[in-house]
Amino acid sequence: MNDQQRYTRRDFMRLAGVGGLVFASGLPGCAEFGQAGSGKQDFTFVQLSDVHWGYANPKVNPEASGTLKRAVAAVNALEQKPDFVVFTGDLTQTTDDAKVRRQRLREFKEQAAALAVPKVWFFQGEHDASLDRGEAYQEVIGGPLYYTFDHKGVHFIVLDNTSDPAPILGERQIEWLKADLARLAPDAPIVVLTHRPLFALYPQWDWATRDGQAAIQALMPYRNVTVFYGHIHHENHYVTGHIGHHAAMAVMFPLSPVGTAPQKTQLPWNPAQPYQGLGWRSVAASSAGAAPTISERTLAKS
Amino acid sequence: MRRLAVQIAATAAICGVAGYLVAPLAIGDPAPRRIRIVAAKFAFDKREIRVRKGEAVTLQLSSPDFVHGFSIPDLDARIDLVPGRTVELALKPQRVGRFGFLCDNFCGEGHDRMTGVLVVEE
Repeated sequence: MNDQQRYTRRDFMRLAGVGGLVFASGLPGCAEFGQAGSGKQDFTFVQLSDVHWGYANPKVNPEASGTLKRAVAAVNALEQKPDFVVFTGDLTQTTDDAKVRRQRLREFKEQAAALAVPKVWFFQGEHDASLDRGEAYQEVIGGPLYYTFDHKGVHFIVLDNTSDPAPILGERQIEWLKADLARLAPDAPIVVLTHRPLFALYPQWDWATRDGQAAIQALMPYRNVTVFYGHIHHENHYVTGHIGHHAAMAVMFPLSPVGTAPQKTQLPWNPAQPYQGLGWRSVAASSAGAAPTISERTLAKS
Repeated sequence: MRRLAVQIAATAAICGVAGYLVAPLAIGDPAPRRIRIVAAKFAFDKREIRVRKGEAVTLQLSSPDFVHGFSIPDLDARIDLVPGRTVELALKPQRVGRFGFLCDNFCGEGHDRMTGVLVVEE
């Protein structure tokens, strides 16, 4: 097996031996979810990504003003309530107008407040933060641009690769990451949340973090690491060494996967299958070994 | 002498971005052809750049409004465009093909439109 491999949905299902929406586990970098262990704690969280509030192109999404509400309603309808929701960047569609940027962030925040979950975590994408280095984001949404939190024995690390116009983490953040990791045991369950892929998925379409390899190298000594990100607006699974990287579908509009179009392309709305390609995911995690089980959820009508 | 200095500088520049598709200039090579490119929100003034395989060229890049990036990922070549300055990127492509370039610093609403193609011909 190569050091770095891309996994298709079919691969994941085959490896997991399941069909339907739930798959993953049994992959490099994933210990078995729910394995025996004293005091282990299992929980679920939801990843919502690329809401792009303010986006307007009816050929791609004629229901743009209602799509976030639809996603919120779907999360709220989950039978098993998630412990938290995390928005993995691009909360809003970019604008060169700083006032409009703030207005869009406020409107996004109001709608996200309808999530009936104990906690919602946010961080920024380049559409929210690159033009002012996160000033409007921090003013409206609040909080630092990169941070950590612990939940039921799992260490979550939020990395910022979007508040600089260049797609970078920067030396200061990488040193901060190394210092944070230094206090963890090698088998600590770690989940990294970021917007852009840390690896060079496809730099030709700006799908990379220029210095992301430094973060991956810092994470390599840790056995139970999984990365969840957005930015590319479709589901993608990739492994660097033993670390799994999982891109989520977008809430607002899908982008063509690599190799399916000559240019990065927003996929047109399909009236026969509204919301096709749009969605979110639920993740089951555990303190027993950071073995996420991913359930991809579509916004399309079933 | 000046020509030699330019070639040495170009060689140094290209070594900094050397990928499998570019090769360093050698002393004695003809002076690189210069190609001026202006990047402004939200387009490059040249959407297509044509060069010959093995031809040494120097891209002279400038921007009036933003630190745009100019990147040709397939050649592992990139540079930041600092407003008010002209920066140079030396290339000597070794393979025929069409290689996309883009602004890889997020610059605003039309960022995704800032693309073009380097065409390398026999």
